[in-house]
Amino acid sequence: MLWHFEIRAKEGHRDPFAHEIEKELPWLGLEKAAPVRLSRLYLLGGDFDRATAQRLGSSLLADPVIQEFDLKSLAEAEGQADDVVTVCRKAGVTDPVEESIRRGAARLGIELVEVRTGLRFRFLGAVDREEITRIGTRLLANAVVDEILIGQTALPAHKSPAQQTCSRREIELPAEDGALLELSRSMGLALNLEEMQVIRAHFHELGRRPTDIELETLAQTWSEHCKHKTFNARIDCDGKVYDNLIKQTIFKATRDLDRDFCVSVFKDNAGIVRFDDEHNLCFKVETHNHPSAIEPYGGAGTGLGGVLRDILGTGLGAKPIANVDVFCVGDLAATAEDLPAGVIHPLRVLKGVVAGVRDYGNRMGIPTVSGAVFFDRRYTGNPLVYAGSIGLIPRDRCDKRVEAGDRIVALGGRTGRDGIHGATFSSMELHEDSETMDGGAVQIGNAITEKRCMDVLLAARDLGLYRCVTDCGAGGFSSAVGEMGEELGARVELGAAPLKYPGLSYTEVWISEAQERMVVAVPPEKLDEILALAASEDVETCVLGEFTGSGRLEIFWHGEQVADLDMEFLHDGLPRTTMKATWKSPPRDDLRDFAVPMAGEALRRLLADWNVASKEWIIRQYDHEVQSTSVIKPLVGIDHAGPSDGAVNAPVLGSRRAYAVGLGLCPHYADIDPYHMARAAIDEALRNVVAVGGDPDRCAILDNFSWGNTNKPDRLGALVRAAEGCHDGAMALRLPFISGKDSLNNEYATSAGTIVIPHTLLISALAIVEDLESCVSMDLKRSGTSLYLVGLTRRELGGGAYLRLYGRRGNELPQLGDDALAIHRRMHEAIRDGMVLSCHDCSEGGLGVAAAEMAFAGGIGLEVDLARVLVAGPRLRDDEILFSESLSRYLVEIDSRSAARFEALFEDLPCAAIGRTTTESAFRVRGRNGTVMLEEALTDLARIHSQSLTAVLEGDRRG
Amino acid sequence: MAEPRVLVLRAAGVNCNEETAYAFELAGASTTQIHVNRLVQNPKLLDDFGAVAIPGGFSYGDDIASGRVLGLELDQVLGEAMRKLLGRGGLVLGICNGFQVLTKSGLLPGPEKTGSGIRASLVENESHRYEDRWVHMAVNGKKSLFFGAETQIELPVAHGEGRFVVESDDDLARLEADDRIVLRYVTASGGPASYPANPNGAMAGIAGICDASGQVFGLMPHPERFLFPWQHPTWTRDRRREVGDGLAIFKHAVGNMRS
Repeated sequence: MLWHFEIRAKEGHRDPFAHEIEKELPWLGLEKAAPVRLSRLYLLGGDFDRATAQRLGSSLLADPVIQEFDLKSLAEAEGQADDVVTVCRKAGVTDPVEESIRRGAARLGIELVEVRTGLRFRFLGAVDREEITRIGTRLLANAVVDEILIGQTALPAHKSPAQQTCSRREIELPAEDGALLELSRSMGLALNLEEMQVIRAHFHELGRRPTDIELETLAQTWSEHCKHKTFNARIDCDGKVYDNLIKQTIFKATRDLDRDFCVSVFKDNAGIVRFDDEHNLCFKVETHNHPSAIEPYGGAGTGLGGVLRDILGTGLGAKPIANVDVFCVGDLAATAEDLPAGVIHPLRVLKGVVAGVRDYGNRMGIPTVSGAVFFDRRYTGNPLVYAGSIGLIPRDRCDKRVEAGDRIVALGGRTGRDGIHGATFSSMELHEDSETMDGGAVQIGNAITEKRCMDVLLAARDLGLYRCVTDCGAGGFSSAVGEMGEELGARVELGAAPLKYPGLSYTEVWISEAQERMVVAVPPEKLDEILALAASEDVETCVLGEFTGSGRLEIFWHGEQVADLDMEFLHDGLPRTTMKATWKSPPRDDLRDFAVPMAGEALRRLLADWNVASKEWIIRQYDHEVQSTSVIKPLVGIDHAGPSDGAVNAPVLGSRRAYAVGLGLCPHYADIDPYHMARAAIDEALRNVVAVGGDPDRCAILDNFSWGNTNKPDRLGALVRAAEGCHDGAMALRLPFISGKDSLNNEYATSAGTIVIPHTLLISALAIVEDLESCVSMDLKRSGTSLYLVGLTRRELGGGAYLRLYGRRGNELPQLGDDALAIHRRMHEAIRDGMVLSCHDCSEGGLGVAAAEMAFAGGIGLEVDLARVLVAGPRLRDDEILFSESLSRYLVEIDSRSAARFEALFEDLPCAAIGRTTTESAFRVRGRNGTVMLEEALTDLARIHSQSLTAVLEGDRRG
Repeated sequence: MAEPRVLVLRAAGVNCNEETAYAFELAGASTTQIHVNRLVQNPKLLDDFGAVAIPGGFSYGDDIASGRVLGLELDQVLGEAMRKLLGRGGLVLGICNGFQVLTKSGLLPGPEKTGSGIRASLVENESHRYEDRWVHMAVNGKKSLFFGAETQIELPVAHGEGRFVVESDDDLARLEADDRIVLRYVTASGGPASYPANPNGAMAGIAGICDASGQVFGLMPHPERFLFPWQHPTWTRDRRREVGDGLAIFKHAVGNMRS
């Protein structure tokens, strides 16, 4: 019997979710559809009667205080109504709630056979069916993962999936090259002709045809996503030949610096550095761009879930202790006409990815401590989602090895048809049909499954129950088992994997990217113990096979062998390509016609610029304090409204040792020169950790490139420039890269042409804080103190926020000076020794924005005198001094007791007192001629900064 | 005198167990973290403890509603064992999700000495958003065994479903008259709070309540996140504070377990 429950708010209780939908209706121009009534629907089936169903409703499903429910049989509930939209997960897409309902029902002594959940929206205003359809598909649900039932009042019962049996299937590789390439395309392998030819030759030599699963395994392993073919390619850039780009730039810097705090770099799932006598820290940032473009919520959530598994799969497993996230999205105010076909509106993308990170990170119990959002029209069709995580790992748990005979055990979620071809999908360009074609590549995560898996894994680690661990990421079992068994070989029986539903082919089981799965290598004598531990906390396990020592990858499906690949060919058979690259400077932007705006107006507009404006609406939705380790929070100052440069956390309860994390991201500089962009991003990341108390000599960095299609020589040329910038920037600031990742092919093909994203490099910095007592925040502390500017100001406004406000790009972009390292080190010394009351780095909008932020964050008046700013180069205008984005600069608040010591410390470096804090509540700037060029009330500045982005995201303003 | 022993409950999705255990230890207790599955198999394990703490998190994903499924387990499977613990004077603390669990299990507001029970719930924030922010609260510690003479404290909240509701004003009045409204959101100066000082729209600004005995206490804010001065968002402005406001709650609990 199927029982249909409709749960709704009692009379007099407003449903906040329904209200949220009402606020968003104007975005579609359909505010007339309000008011909205929301019902939560459950379809529960089993061998029980109406009285029992009634008990389920009152004890499990409905809140006794604010909700009531209707119980009907499915037949009674089915019906049509013009004003309703019913939404539920598509069959095969994870619905985490199902499992909890089964558990709750079991505690009431009721066994459920069928569970389905959904939402029903009723629009009481005047709307027709077309409008309801538009609301359903644009606002309420995403057709990639949801069934959207227009006009239907009840949830549909699950259809039992078609039972299909599959057996070994061989593929004929055509002798003709065109047909061979077509085969790659039609199978979705994303392999090029040269690679397909190598595979054809390999199997010709073996005298047999490959099976489908063998081709899929090769495609996964050789994908750009897994092998980073571009970074490892031989590249000819305008005549300069790189035999291996990454080894000659990023790896080389790390090797040449040879810093002693680096424990493991570029080989494990995350880079590892020393923390204290007992622990190391590991850090990894990943992108999840293409999935987030077509399903922002699921894409971002699983992006975070994926990088958390990287941390869990580092060494013998690290405990995730902090997350970072960075989003790059298009214009939030874009109109429907501005959007290319098939593109989700940037506002929905941003809200979706924030919700995805929020729901995954918060549920996992890991604080999201730092982040950034960057806006540019060119991200509209191809938004970027970076998710990063930091882990804490005992020093004696950092090494792993697999031994022959170890069992291959998978822990965690079941395998379904979700996420098929994620690795190859991410290696292709997006286009307007991506949304409909590639739905299989998108997944909805279940954070609680991953949390359970994490709890068991870390307990098993401490008990020494396994010898090696890795995560199931892109490529699923194929890459996890393939990587772990690279040296030894593995024998796998895919029939052992627990499935979410029947009907999967063996290839689907092998390459499915179903979330929340880890693979461990277990010595046979520990097998029972780890299986029992997992079972005791409701974590599913399966023994997939064992590592053999044969050097072969042998795969079976219910006893029949379906693959027999040579590990050496699988991992080393990929042909190396030679790629062409070229780079030339863009034409100059003649600024002679630039009309200098009023400084006050420019400052207000800068603070309202979404790139600068407060991200509080986003930050507060993340739990940034769980684990009780937060020292410097993302929002600081009197009203907790000041944007902190970096975050500081003390991960070992009871210890005052901490770490700072900071980010550097300045893609607009790359429009002028990606080389200087990369150096600027490194400097920015370092400033953000130094400004809160991080030690620049105990700092490691990560590189995450999101680039266009590097098969095009100009994009590749820009990548080469940026990689060179990474090398030189890292050497200049003595910062080793410890991990990195690249996401290429971030372009969006429309009928009107291809939109390429800005060349986007995220640098993430992790620095040790010896004693958290020494930390400082960016808010001014009291009146009567001096404000110093450390570092030299040059005419460097190119690519900066000020010129962008007025639609200009400029030419001279910020360049790293020779004294940068000395400045950062000395700044750290000043903070460590307690001289500094507050410190803020100058980044977007330069000195003007940074000083204003310090003032309103502290609620302390400030007067700055531009005549006292140390400038370099020919005579600078006042607005140039105020808004230049020259690197390696800090604004520092010092009181009279420390002034002499501070000045002495910076004697041989550019440093000058440029202002005083006052008892007024205003921010005032005097130009070089002594007249007041800018005077703004702190409350106004604070309001502009805090409201600009919030208003758009709250839907108070039509997007 | 026996050392106060606290059972810190674990379950799928519970995630503040480490720091909650740490807070109790800092306050002088010894703690053991036990998974609910073990307790379900053997409810007698509870007999070894003087207190149970249900930490924050998202038990079973807060699917259906926050705390619903774990609350059901507490009521249906562990109800007897919990009543036994309370019968011998034991304490129960629910923080955030733990408060939601206690409320949904019926342990809060709990049985009345006279009259019918009060039905309460913690439901979705009025803002329809999960929010992490710091709040001020006025304290009425007359009945609760988790407070002493404190009058106002500051702690962080981090939740999406923290709006305290009861069915009627009469219920509120009964809770009030019985000194069971232990914590109320207020402004920094102690005045009545509207959003964001009341972060979720809770009726009468209620942030935490206790049962009729004072032994069971639940609160939405996180006392375990304010043990040290440097956990406060403006500690760099005023470096004179020596201890976080949250520690006192654990110390009072441990003190009352000793007496």
